[in-house]
Amino acid sequence: MKSTPAQRIGALVLRHYYLFRGSWPRILEMAYWPTVNMLVWGLVSQFLAESSNWVARSGGVFIGAVLLWDVLFRGNLGVALAFLEEMWSRNLGQLFVSPLRPIELVAAMLVMSLLRTTVGILPAALLAIPFFDFSIFKLGWPLLAFYANLLFFGGVMGLGVSSLVLRFGLGAESLAWVLIFALAPISCVYYPISVLPTWVQPLAWALPSTHVFEGLRAALMDGRFDIGHFLAALGLNVLYAAGATILFLSVFQVARKKGLLLNVGE
Amino acid sequence: MTSLPPAVQVQNLVKCFGVTHAVDHISFSVPNGGCVALLGGNGAGKTTTLSILLGLLVPDEGTVEVLGEDMILHRWRVLNRINFSSPYVDLPHRLTVRENLTVYARLFGLADAKARIESLAQDFGVADHLDKPTGRLSSGQRTRVALAKALLNDPDLLLLDEPTASLDPDTADWVRTHLETWRAKSGAAMLIASHNMAEVERLADSALILKQGKIVEAGTPKSLIERHGRANLEEVFLHVMRSPELTS
Repeated sequence: MKSTPAQRIGALVLRHYYLFRGSWPRILEMAYWPTVNMLVWGLVSQFLAESSNWVARSGGVFIGAVLLWDVLFRGNLGVALAFLEEMWSRNLGQLFVSPLRPIELVAAMLVMSLLRTTVGILPAALLAIPFFDFSIFKLGWPLLAFYANLLFFGGVMGLGVSSLVLRFGLGAESLAWVLIFALAPISCVYYPISVLPTWVQPLAWALPSTHVFEGLRAALMDGRFDIGHFLAALGLNVLYAAGATILFLSVFQVARKKGLLLNVGE
Repeated sequence: MTSLPPAVQVQNLVKCFGVTHAVDHISFSVPNGGCVALLGGNGAGKTTTLSILLGLLVPDEGTVEVLGEDMILHRWRVLNRINFSSPYVDLPHRLTVRENLTVYARLFGLADAKARIESLAQDFGVADHLDKPTGRLSSGQRTRVALAKALLNDPDLLLLDEPTASLDPDTADWVRTHLETWRAKSGAAMLIASHNMAEVERLADSALILKQGKIVEAGTPKSLIERHGRANLEEVFLHVMRSPELTS
């Protein structure tokens, strides 16, 4: 009797599936904010398009941006909440006396993030078609590249937040919702990077999200897929993912030294 | 013929939190198939010791071998052969009992999880509650579910922290009987941290009394009672706890 890593990752995904299956408000909540955001930005775009040539020409750039921003936000939340659920339910001690390894917990959290984000964003993306005559799916394969990069970067941020929560306790849980917003201004979600002060621009280029949103504008306004931005986002993601994983595993060791795995929960 | 190593072998274990010595140079072993109890007041180091044995806590000094493996370096090799139950951890309240047990059955890679869950639920008297959210059970029912989870993988070593803490006397007695039967049948070793002296007298082959992180008394319940000239283990415990000279 010995479980495989895939079985253990699957067991954790199943745990979260059970949680959602038993609670329709949770499922509704996932789709609620992306849809409301999409509606607000869709209406703002319609209003601005009447007075701005740039907005009129940019055809859905705001809606596309808001949908993709939500991918980043939900990707972060998907990982962080999967971890917080274990802390809220004082289940971490139980989990780590099973054969589950920390890296498998990380993998399970990333899978949950993918599922949560897709369930959350899909209704908003579909509703944008009848409401604003904007289909993000028309982007084709580049959409997959943007989606994957933002989801991954969101997951990396979520992993960073989870590390901080493990280290400093549930007092740090609000970071799951707020930390990602610190990146919004320099990710250039709704405006080109040239708007930023010159000294901030190198910082912005160091974020995968900035490359994705620049790439999105190139795709929507010029109809081209900028491979340079895609590769830069991918490379940065690999770098940050390695950093976040090392951070999480290091904090796990600190937790084992300080006894934090048992002293969790509300 | 090579003999099996003891289920637990602890040598010179030390764990400090700041300036507090939670565990202070303790050594003991749990033989295969044996049952050892850790006794002590609050903060004596029982839970800390169990946490170290489970690999949830890293000691500052000393060695810990569980089922022949170094628990500090190679805990992954034995985690599928041990299990535990503690009031300091919980199972997700929103999941049903069946869902919680299914998740853990999969984590342990059980081949026939469904049958095992049904059988354990029957054994622990929670079969009627399998499809109820765990959080809606009484504390006694939750304790029994936690024990069912602890036996899912039929462990070779079972670590229990206050296994009957929140149970009424009748249910507590029923759980002790079940643990006795299970141990006799499986040949597994048990390490119990408890405040309940009657429980220890009944379940444990030997007991270690901890005080300020140190083992101050050790022996079979009977030998401890005789050595201190008391009527039962509870009186021995009170005597040891209240004797300032018994600190090391």
